[in-house]
Amino acid sequence: MAKPKPPAPHVQAYADHHVITQPNPLRHAVQYVEDKDADDPVARAEQALADLSGEFDNWMQAECNRLAAAYDTIVKAGFTPAARDELFRAAHDIKGDAATFGYAAAGAAADSLCRIIEHAPDIATVPADLIAHHVQAIQAIVREQTNIDRIGVAETLSAHLRGVADDYLKAVNHDRPEHLEAILAPSIVPGE
Amino acid sequence: MYRIDFNKLRFLVSDDNPHMRRILRTLLHSFGAREVYEAEDGATALEMFSHYVPDIVITDWAMPIFDGLELAQMIRQPDANGNPYAPIIMLTGHSEKRRVTLARDAGVTEFLAKPISAKGLHQRIMNVVTNPRPFIKTKNYFGPDRRRNVNSSYVGPERRTGNKADIMQQPSLMDKARMPG
Repeated sequence: MAKPKPPAPHVQAYADHHVITQPNPLRHAVQYVEDKDADDPVARAEQALADLSGEFDNWMQAECNRLAAAYDTIVKAGFTPAARDELFRAAHDIKGDAATFGYAAAGAAADSLCRIIEHAPDIATVPADLIAHHVQAIQAIVREQTNIDRIGVAETLSAHLRGVADDYLKAVNHDRPEHLEAILAPSIVPGE
Repeated sequence: MYRIDFNKLRFLVSDDNPHMRRILRTLLHSFGAREVYEAEDGATALEMFSHYVPDIVITDWAMPIFDGLELAQMIRQPDANGNPYAPIIMLTGHSEKRRVTLARDAGVTEFLAKPISAKGLHQRIMNVVTNPRPFIKTKNYFGPDRRRNVNSSYVGPERRTGNKADIMQQPSLMDKARMPG
């Protein structure tokens, strides 16, 4: 599809900065419609997501398998930079995806694991159990979702892990104010 | 009322996670978009950005080769090929204020923390399409104006030298469209 040529920007020069303004190059995509003709694209997208949700259990299991594989590599060969990055990325993806897939508690435990990897002064000195328990909890929450989620065990487990991880991170970062500030700062995600 | 014709917009989605790419594609197609290009790492995204010249970039932060932050910095090169003014929406699992500041200073236009929602994504796209901000170029920054509001209670030093242009407020396209004449 041929695109309209973007309009030339208008530049105002000042002592230490330029202000560059251009007529809205995406204006062609804004339409006026009568109220009665308006559809609801958000509702349409939510329905499409619901239609896709039959895939989510398998996708969550695949994310879990990736995390387990990353952890196995560390158990066998230690914390190489590549192994650390892969464990972080696997946990980080679960943190971002799990709530969408219907496993919010697994996402919370993965968030806690990400915080350990990101803020521990030396990942190799983190108590092995702390990392192992996070990985195992995420796997258990996903595996046993239908059994344990009804009675709130998954949320309790994630919250407990987060508490233990935060206590550890606060203790080991007592002389690293920038990390301490990040650990104690509230999340920008409501309800997290 | 005003709405976006997604059919007239070209998207580039950059995320190393295939599940998230599928979700984004599903959402964008449901909104009405037809042109959605996908990259699984920052390097591929940059190549596709130059080749397809997308209207809007949606990128993850944590990706192999180079990440979403570096991608934003590479797009925001005023003399580079492609469109350095393209809106960039950072969609990420990072949810710390510090990360938002880093993204803003790399030239990211909007920030959307995962978990993703149809409403959140639509709102960010609506904002970049209807409320484009002027760009600011300084010695060490090129990107959308980082001052979204005028804070009348601000008492610190003025860091931009100049006169009235220090106030960067721009009426939105919506507001302009509603103005008579």
